[in-house]
Amino acid sequence: MTVAALAPYEFASRDRLENFHGKQLVYVWWEKHRMFSRPFVVALTPATPFRRLFEDYISTYAWHPDWPHIVWDQVIWQNGDEVFTPDFDASLAQNGIGHKDLIRFSTPGLDGIAGTGY
Amino acid sequence: MDMKVDKKLGLKERYALMTRDLAWETTYQPMDKVFPQVTYEGIKIHDWNAWEDPFRLTMDAYWKYQAEKERKLYAILDAFNQNNGHLSVTDARYINVLKLFLGSTPPLELMAARGFTNVGRHMVGAGPRVACLMQAVDEYRHFQTQVHSISNYNKYYNGMNEFAHQQSRMWYLSDGKSFFDDAITAGPFEFMVAIGFAFEYVLTNILFVPFISGAAYNGDMAAMTVGFSAQSDEARHMTLGLECIKFMLEQDPDNLPIVQRWIDKWTWRGTRKLASVGMMMDYMLPKRIMSFKEAWEMYFEQNGAALFNDLARYGVKVPKCFVQTVAEKEHVTHQSWIGFYMKPDSTPFHTWIPEKDELDWLSEKYPNTFDKYYRPVLEHFDAQEKSGNRFNNKTAPMNCQVCISTIKFNDPDDPMKTLIRSKTYKGEKFHFCSLHCEEIFDAEPEKYIQAYISSHQVLQGNCAPEGVDTTAPDFEPGAHIAAYWRLDKAATGDFNGSEDQANFAAWRRQATSN
Repeated sequence: MTVAALAPYEFASRDRLENFHGKQLVYVWWEKHRMFSRPFVVALTPATPFRRLFEDYISTYAWHPDWPHIVWDQVIWQNGDEVFTPDFDASLAQNGIGHKDLIRFSTPGLDGIAGTGY
Repeated sequence: MDMKVDKKLGLKERYALMTRDLAWETTYQPMDKVFPQVTYEGIKIHDWNAWEDPFRLTMDAYWKYQAEKERKLYAILDAFNQNNGHLSVTDARYINVLKLFLGSTPPLELMAARGFTNVGRHMVGAGPRVACLMQAVDEYRHFQTQVHSISNYNKYYNGMNEFAHQQSRMWYLSDGKSFFDDAITAGPFEFMVAIGFAFEYVLTNILFVPFISGAAYNGDMAAMTVGFSAQSDEARHMTLGLECIKFMLEQDPDNLPIVQRWIDKWTWRGTRKLASVGMMMDYMLPKRIMSFKEAWEMYFEQNGAALFNDLARYGVKVPKCFVQTVAEKEHVTHQSWIGFYMKPDSTPFHTWIPEKDELDWLSEKYPNTFDKYYRPVLEHFDAQEKSGNRFNNKTAPMNCQVCISTIKFNDPDDPMKTLIRSKTYKGEKFHFCSLHCEEIFDAEPEKYIQAYISSHQVLQGNCAPEGVDTTAPDFEPGAHIAAYWRLDKAATGDFNGSEDQANFAAWRRQATSN
């Protein structure tokens, strides 16, 4: 549907890629670890290696007591709903991660504080 | 010569002269050019005179009543302030309710005033025009009395002085701002459903529980009196909203699907806004009135269902979101509090973990969910704080494109999972907190792609204070955010160890001992 309006109603998206000056947005979420409340967002260049996203940002999840128990080769990574295997040394672009993509990861067997999802 | 004195006019005659008589058919310009906004939304009106005003209030009587109410209100505010009333509240944590209220509510009263002024200009009938004019003045008065009642606290406690600056900038105020921006940029009829009906009629009682009853329960006579003083206005506002719904539905059967879509949309948007209001009831009031869940059952499930039963004769159905709100009532306040607790550097009010007896109260009020999902993590936070490792999530949030809440609500089918819905529109991804928000987006995507999401604005380099060069190679988005928000460091952080906590204790000791 379109917006009912008295005049032509067309506007550019406020968060379109070009507004981020060469960077793109990436969201990250650790499933069933809701003490972090919501996914976080960062702006990185498409050439940023996935390893940097991991070491500089995803590692902030280390505050959770489940973090040291993660078996990394069992982790399930998803881009949106699609399962994928990130290449840590390849760039975001090479990993197929585009503007405003949501990277989620699940850690089987680790369901948060006392198994609550938190 | 004898003066001919007319007998005093009756209420009905006076109302007719002072309102209906003020409207006329224009002749210099056609009516549709003078009132261009009442047709484009698709609402068909055949007879504007069919609008009923149960209050029959005229402007002269309005001034008289309001002036009298305000004289009384300000006498009580003066007495409260002169007697150091701020030291009689239950404990200093209560004052954080006022800080959250001040940032979120008075600025929205101001937006409501603008909205009703606009609708008052554009409605064709004199009945709704006069009613909207009065409501616009009410909203200005509410803004003013709310700010006046809290300004006394501002002399003693941190975090209140920059509320006007923060309103359009702070991350957690964006949801309320978006709510009113959405309403005020809609046409006059949608505005009336959004604010007049969904907000003022369906949801307003929930808003009043923590603020008026909460103030009364916690010894804040100033805020309580402001609330009571506004209540006679609120009765009029509720009537106006309901009257508008009935008027549209009676005028033409084609109006029903449009009105229904607006009811669905605005009941949901209002519900999302109330998650943080409910959080005040469950977490922030030291002396609690009732749980959010109980308030939701009483005011939404029971009173709201009765209202929709009444409207069923027009073909109106209960809002689509009804079932989801019932399932969420046991979750949303806990999720909201965790969302604020984990950001101690980013709000001008304090957060804390409830005392043990307060956690017990929550366990009792939320037998299905609190112990199972929320108590263990709150106890974990508490233990960490006590060992010097207070939780501080420094990352920036992901927000819903429509309601601008952070995406933190559970999947209705699995409370352990966060629901995130995504879609691509014109080549760009958009994310939502719920199916209802996604449907609101689908109806008017061109509107919501313009949404202001504060974390994205920071990352675009738009949130730096004056004098900072955002094009410099070493510019770090986010580095200046506290200065941009004018966030006073003393106002942030955990309540335990705060300046407010220490001052309140010291002043109360002075007032009650030698």
